[in-house]
Amino acid sequence: MLRYALKRLLSLILSLAVASLVIFLVVEVAPGDPASFMLGVNAQPDTIAALRAELGLDQGKLARYLSWAAGMLSGDFGTSYTYRTPVAGMIADRLWVSLPLALYALTLSTLIAFPAGIYAAARRGKPGDLAVMGATQLGVAMPNFWFAMMLVLIFAINLRWFGAGGFPGWDTGLWAGLHALTLPAIALALPQAAILTRVMRSALLDILGEDFMRTARAKGLSRRQALWRHGVRNALIPVLTIIGLQFSFLLAGAIIIEQVFYLPGLGRLVFQAISSRDLIVVESVVMLLVFAVITVNFLVDLAYALVDPRLRSRT
Amino acid sequence: MTLLDVTSLSVSIGAFQVLQDVSFHVDPGEIVAVTGESGSGKSMTALAILQLLPDLAEAKGYITLNGTQLLEQSEDGMCAIRGQSAGMVFQEPMTALNPVKTIGAQVMETILIHKAMPREQAEARAREVLDRVGLPEDRFPLSRYPHELSGGQRQRVVIAMAIALRPKLLIADEPTTALDVTTQAQILELLRDLVQDYGMGLLIITHDLAVVADLADRILVMRNGSVVESGHTVWLLRNMRHPYTRMLFEASNHQVALPQQPATAPLLEVRNAVRDYRTPRESLFCKPGTFRAVNDVSFTLNRGERLGLVGESGCGKSTLTRAILGLEPLQGGEIRLDGQPVTTHLKPASRRKVQVVFQDPYGSFNPRHKVERLVTEPFHTLPDPPTGAAHRDLIAETLTAVGLSPDDAQKYIHQFSGGQRQRIAIARALITRPELIIFDEAVSALDVSVRARILDLLAELCAAYALTYLFISHDLSVVRTITDRCLVMRHGEIVEQGETEAVFSNPQHPYTQQLIAAAPVLPDLDLGAA
Amino acid sequence: MTRNLILGGLLSSLMLLAAAASFLWTPFDHAAMNIPAKLQTPNAQHWLGTDHFGRDLLSMIMVGARTSIAVALVAVGIGMGAGVPLGLAAAARKGSWLDEGIMRGNDLVFAFPSLVIAILITAVLGAGAVNAIIAIGIFNIPVFARITRGAALSLWEREFILAARVAGKGAARISAEHILPNVMNLLIVQGTIQFSLGILAEAGLSYVGLGAQPPTPSWGRMLADAQTMVSFAPHLALVPGLAIILTVLGLNLLGDGLRDHLDPKLRVARA
Repeated sequence: MLRYALKRLLSLILSLAVASLVIFLVVEVAPGDPASFMLGVNAQPDTIAALRAELGLDQGKLARYLSWAAGMLSGDFGTSYTYRTPVAGMIADRLWVSLPLALYALTLSTLIAFPAGIYAAARRGKPGDLAVMGATQLGVAMPNFWFAMMLVLIFAINLRWFGAGGFPGWDTGLWAGLHALTLPAIALALPQAAILTRVMRSALLDILGEDFMRTARAKGLSRRQALWRHGVRNALIPVLTIIGLQFSFLLAGAIIIEQVFYLPGLGRLVFQAISSRDLIVVESVVMLLVFAVITVNFLVDLAYALVDPRLRSRT
Repeated sequence: MTLLDVTSLSVSIGAFQVLQDVSFHVDPGEIVAVTGESGSGKSMTALAILQLLPDLAEAKGYITLNGTQLLEQSEDGMCAIRGQSAGMVFQEPMTALNPVKTIGAQVMETILIHKAMPREQAEARAREVLDRVGLPEDRFPLSRYPHELSGGQRQRVVIAMAIALRPKLLIADEPTTALDVTTQAQILELLRDLVQDYGMGLLIITHDLAVVADLADRILVMRNGSVVESGHTVWLLRNMRHPYTRMLFEASNHQVALPQQPATAPLLEVRNAVRDYRTPRESLFCKPGTFRAVNDVSFTLNRGERLGLVGESGCGKSTLTRAILGLEPLQGGEIRLDGQPVTTHLKPASRRKVQVVFQDPYGSFNPRHKVERLVTEPFHTLPDPPTGAAHRDLIAETLTAVGLSPDDAQKYIHQFSGGQRQRIAIARALITRPELIIFDEAVSALDVSVRARILDLLAELCAAYALTYLFISHDLSVVRTITDRCLVMRHGEIVEQGETEAVFSNPQHPYTQQLIAAAPVLPDLDLGAA
Repeated sequence: MTRNLILGGLLSSLMLLAAAASFLWTPFDHAAMNIPAKLQTPNAQHWLGTDHFGRDLLSMIMVGARTSIAVALVAVGIGMGAGVPLGLAAAARKGSWLDEGIMRGNDLVFAFPSLVIAILITAVLGAGAVNAIIAIGIFNIPVFARITRGAALSLWEREFILAARVAGKGAARISAEHILPNVMNLLIVQGTIQFSLGILAEAGLSYVGLGAQPPTPSWGRMLADAQTMVSFAPHLALVPGLAIILTVLGLNLLGDGLRDHLDPKLRVARA
């Protein structure tokens, strides 16, 4: 088990190193010099040179990559070209909106999908199954930002149960924060829940055809007992894969949903940064998102080993 | 008193009648065998008793277990009976256990689900039955997972689960079909002992007449969903009143007359062949380990000779085959075909000298091509493959030679049965007239009657084309009749080789002796008198 | 179920027809402003109503379908064109450094959701439909590579492939002759699914301003424009939203129907 975890950890570190290099190189080919962009067209050459030195732009590519990567490891993401403030601080503020939103949505999606998938699999071909599957077809086809607009229209504008957007900040209390994130989280979660429900259902149906399910029935377990005791845990293996993938969709989706609800999250930050060509902010946000995705997949790999003893004993 | 009584059992799936008017009974302490070829309905009979039939199946008739009418039971009532009054063992031990639960938990589940005893006692009972089926605590603690056990050991766990509550009836559906012959003998021995110790009735489903003859008190022969003949084993085998029973018996021990062929110069020479596989690294920083699948194997196959290669699964015979075909490289020694070394980069001129027939009649053909294209695939090795009329004639001739019609060239593979597909595979191997044909378990997936006809075909082809072949099989009786000489392989090494008849009648190596002793054999009956 | 196939085929061809027809005819000029007729709800003259500039929504939807189809189709093309050969090559050389490299590269791309790729590309090259295509296309490559490799690997173990190898055929020839035709069904089904995902992704990118730029009409940007007016003109959001939903639903049903029709045993990744 330890060996398996160490191996996954090593692959995590390698992936992060390669991903950071790719991001750095892509941003590196961007046309234009950030220093002259920041100072405007009228800037003196020596002012630009001074700023370039201050930002470290006068060094070689490798040196800059290394100092960027080393900086990130120590929590220093560099200085914003536009605002001249540390990127780390800007990101940290926004992260406290985006990350809770994605986790909130992941929780909702899982809480909806597990019972719905198990329910549909247990009633395969019956009206309950058909209803659930029909609903998931719609959920899969729906763009989440459009769904978000509809939620605003119904629950904020017409029913006035929620605010139409904005975020009061966590210092106004946990409840107020969660309340403000509820509609965005639902908008993010439902389309993903539709996918997860389908995966859960088909994984369970696959398991139902396995020999060991017949063995379980021959022991005297009812269909339902066999499904719960032997089906669900085996079905978790494909479902975990999808949950891991979904986290990245949720993080990316959160960026879009933030636009609908005017939430001050990473999405707002990154779009502002793109329009002001604040490349170092873009670079850092992208790296952070990729870091989150890779880390979640590492956690999913560890979860596999908890579910499946065959992985635990393998090296 | 009768333990299980089945009267006029019929099962249909939709409009298709799977079982028709099946009747039989099992007494306590008695072993009753149901036998027949695929599609005979023998497994359906077993599933019908425990009401584990597929969803759309409908059963009619009477099944009485210990005085209880099973077909009248509710689903809850059946749940109480399954595992408690009747246990069941299935064919595929590799997949019959839940991979994410320990063997202890799975055996205990039988006990706990029926609330037969409190948890501590259930654990003690689970331990006791695992000991009883030959899985002692020091090597097989309750905390073991299925993937840590071999196929035979897993089948023992399945049996332990089935007998944990000492049911009166045990149903075993092809319990040893997926196992090697030595393991099969041990499992059959275990089942026989359990019947004696517990006084259970055992209903065993098997296609293998030799197993039946050896084990059962009574036999039921089935065909197309109906019982063809039934009776006490000795009586039934002596009389065999139904022609199907007789055919089945004959086919199970089918003998062919191979034409005599002079063995001339060496064709295939294997010298000290070694094939290693890499195993996963033990840790990140040490070298990956190796597994020696073929270890220092040497033999010679002469032109005109029919050589057999016998061994159990994992003995390295398939790996050796692939090396001879030039599909995998050797790590040591060499293989020469007609004087030329065999490598993974064989030139077409050498490649054309060897062809192969595989085991699986369903996986051996690209489903998207017509037979015409399938059988001519080896033309790829020819410098100037025939065209036009010569092409058509050769296909027609070859299809006719394997007992098919020239018209079959225009059909797709899904239009053929398993036996016909194997004929097409032989046609493909034959069409370029290779020097050597390798039969890799080529008749192992076939029903006995089909297998007998394919063996006849091989004998005919030997007469017509003077074939030289290497016949690989785990089935001793087949190798015995279809080869001149044979090799016995174990753990990657050849432990014995010699004239086939000599090896079988007077095995020298302990392993060969063990193998031959373990193989169930049909009693020697005088068929002519029947 | 043939019902899926028929319903999905109808909905998908409806969108294709709308897009094709828009080259010849639309009820109004999709770009023509007509302020007096602004914000009309659906009526006899403007079947789907008008927007805040008085432009005809039906015409905009029809022309917008072109953008969606073009972006999604080319992105699927990129994904298949690069992913399928990579997957075939990886399977043919299973366990080699080539296989290892392709699979690790795949994992790496999977760490970048298509939106993140789009953000990176836009930051460097600027926003636009072409960059949206590249972003979605790059994301599609590992999807197709993975599914091709998975299916091809199990085929390579099959005996008919061994027979072809015994007949002396090389890996490239076997891949083209035996493997590709047998994974084609799977690729067609996955293709329809990626096509529908591409339409969703294009809408999302255009909505946040990273996709098609004005004056190119696009469903996603129509939704972005509608957002501030959703309280008093909900049809502005409903119409493009329903266009997206029906199209994606149609493609998904078509994919499901094709899968059941071509081979009930096909496994397709739905994520």
